[in-house]
Amino acid sequence: MNGASTAKAQGFRRFWNNDNTVGHVFAAPFIFGFVCFSLIPICMSFYYSFTDYSLGTKSAELIGFKNFIELFQDEVFGKSILKTLQYVVVSVPLKLIFALLVAFILTRKSRMVTLYRSLYYVPSLVGGSIAVALVWKQLFARKGLFNSVLVNMGLNKINWFGDQNLAIYPLILMAVWQFGSSMIIFAAGLKEIPSTYYEAAEIDGASGIQKFFKITLPCLSPIILYNLVMQTISAFMTFTQAFVITGGGPNNGTLLYALNVYNQAFKYNKMGYACAMSWVMLMIMSIITLIIFRTSRFWVFSESET
Amino acid sequence: MKSKKVTKKILYHVLVLILGFFMIYPVLWMISGSFKENAEILRGTLALIPQNLKMSNYATGWRGFGGITFATFFKNSFIITVIATFGTVLSSSLVAYAFSRIRFRGRKIWFTCMLATMMLPGQVIMIPQYLIYYRLGLVPGYVPLILPYFCGQAFFIYQMMQFMQGIPRELDEAAKIDGCSKYKIYSNIVLPLLKPSIVTTIIIQFYWKWDDYMGPLLYLSRPKSYTVSIAIKQFADSASVTDYGAMFAMSTLSLIPVFLIFLFFNRYLVEGIGTSGLKG
Repeated sequence: MNGASTAKAQGFRRFWNNDNTVGHVFAAPFIFGFVCFSLIPICMSFYYSFTDYSLGTKSAELIGFKNFIELFQDEVFGKSILKTLQYVVVSVPLKLIFALLVAFILTRKSRMVTLYRSLYYVPSLVGGSIAVALVWKQLFARKGLFNSVLVNMGLNKINWFGDQNLAIYPLILMAVWQFGSSMIIFAAGLKEIPSTYYEAAEIDGASGIQKFFKITLPCLSPIILYNLVMQTISAFMTFTQAFVITGGGPNNGTLLYALNVYNQAFKYNKMGYACAMSWVMLMIMSIITLIIFRTSRFWVFSESET
Repeated sequence: MKSKKVTKKILYHVLVLILGFFMIYPVLWMISGSFKENAEILRGTLALIPQNLKMSNYATGWRGFGGITFATFFKNSFIITVIATFGTVLSSSLVAYAFSRIRFRGRKIWFTCMLATMMLPGQVIMIPQYLIYYRLGLVPGYVPLILPYFCGQAFFIYQMMQFMQGIPRELDEAAKIDGCSKYKIYSNIVLPLLKPSIVTTIIIQFYWKWDDYMGPLLYLSRPKSYTVSIAIKQFADSASVTDYGAMFAMSTLSLIPVFLIFLFFNRYLVEGIGTSGLKG
């Protein structure tokens, strides 16, 4: 009797300490979260994108591809795509160039450099907050700070948020301003470049600019790729800034994609339509990411090739 | 020759500092705005020093709206942020241990799933997630803002895995010979050695969650449950004439926790972003 129970306990202990069990026990939070908060929602979203569905008033009704057809006839949707692309295409490269330049300037061996890096990181630290978004709104207001600078320089005032073609630029500037995390990643990469490369180049009589383009950029290219992909994805998802600063206006001039999805779902209660929109967004983002990866073969330098 | 080098050095520091000043100017302007009178802010002055120091902005702002003071909003933000951060550290370290130290069936598949969630735009699953919580009767409420953080956050799992690679496996082996189970190895060896990575996680997660706007926007509807970020926006919208001074005062207060953390731990923050980003 006693022997049987100890054998049972031993069997349980063996099972409990088996790698398969241990692994699943430790990974359980992720597995649970992945299934409940990613996998099931993705499937639901896919299903809803083919339905007409309003929360509380209309249960999901299958309508085939109607949502997608409607999307491509929707002028606001088209404008929102174009504005989002403009936002991404202008802000991401500018941000990366700026991040790289600052990181490069701050590679000097000086005790102050750490302090400077922190200083330049401050915008990224606070940039996502509502507080800074409200400040930004005020800076570009009609009588705001930016216009007083323009007036002081003898130029005309610009009605930033009154013109549908201009309103996107304060948002772009805000995105570029938050270059901090890219800068830190670049700085870490710069540290990894062996100084012997530069010394060798110096002996051969290379100038500073030559060194930058022939050594720094190629060595850094994998990190540029990483930053490019990550920043592109996050730029596509920008929401808070547009929501708080312009609310999408004027005349949908800053209706970034994520804001449009939010409006359709939670303002107009068109859940099915909004799901279809988010799938189109996923498709566009996948295509762009794929293009970046495909072209990376031509400009990302990997050490194994040499 | 030597003096030329010194001039160059001074010039470098001066230029870097001037550019740095421009970078943080909007933040400084907000802080100074919290001491200015409304009229002065609306005039769009560049000056950082207020004409008349108006301390009452803080008192006015703190009173909040609808009879709810900012004490409530700060408390709400604090509770949500601390619980979510705790959840992130606990769950992410467990999952990272599974992925980096234990060979179990399905490890590769789950790991790939984790990498995929890092690339997946949140907007795609935002709506169905909302619908799930809605059907479970959890909207409005704090659960949707907290629960996902107990399921591991891909970014931090990945970062902890990078760090665990650096913990020598010989330690695990030695502990195993001494009769430690895999569970004991996690709690007695890996977790204590993971401390630097945990500090990084705490800092980054804390300020991400503190700044989070979309989550509370979707899932909170009663003003009593608002977080600071939502409350500030509401404060700006609620009155017919926005009290900018008071709004900036509350904005400044809302950034203090983030700044404090940054001030004391910025080394961890910088290293964390540098290493986890680099190897990604």
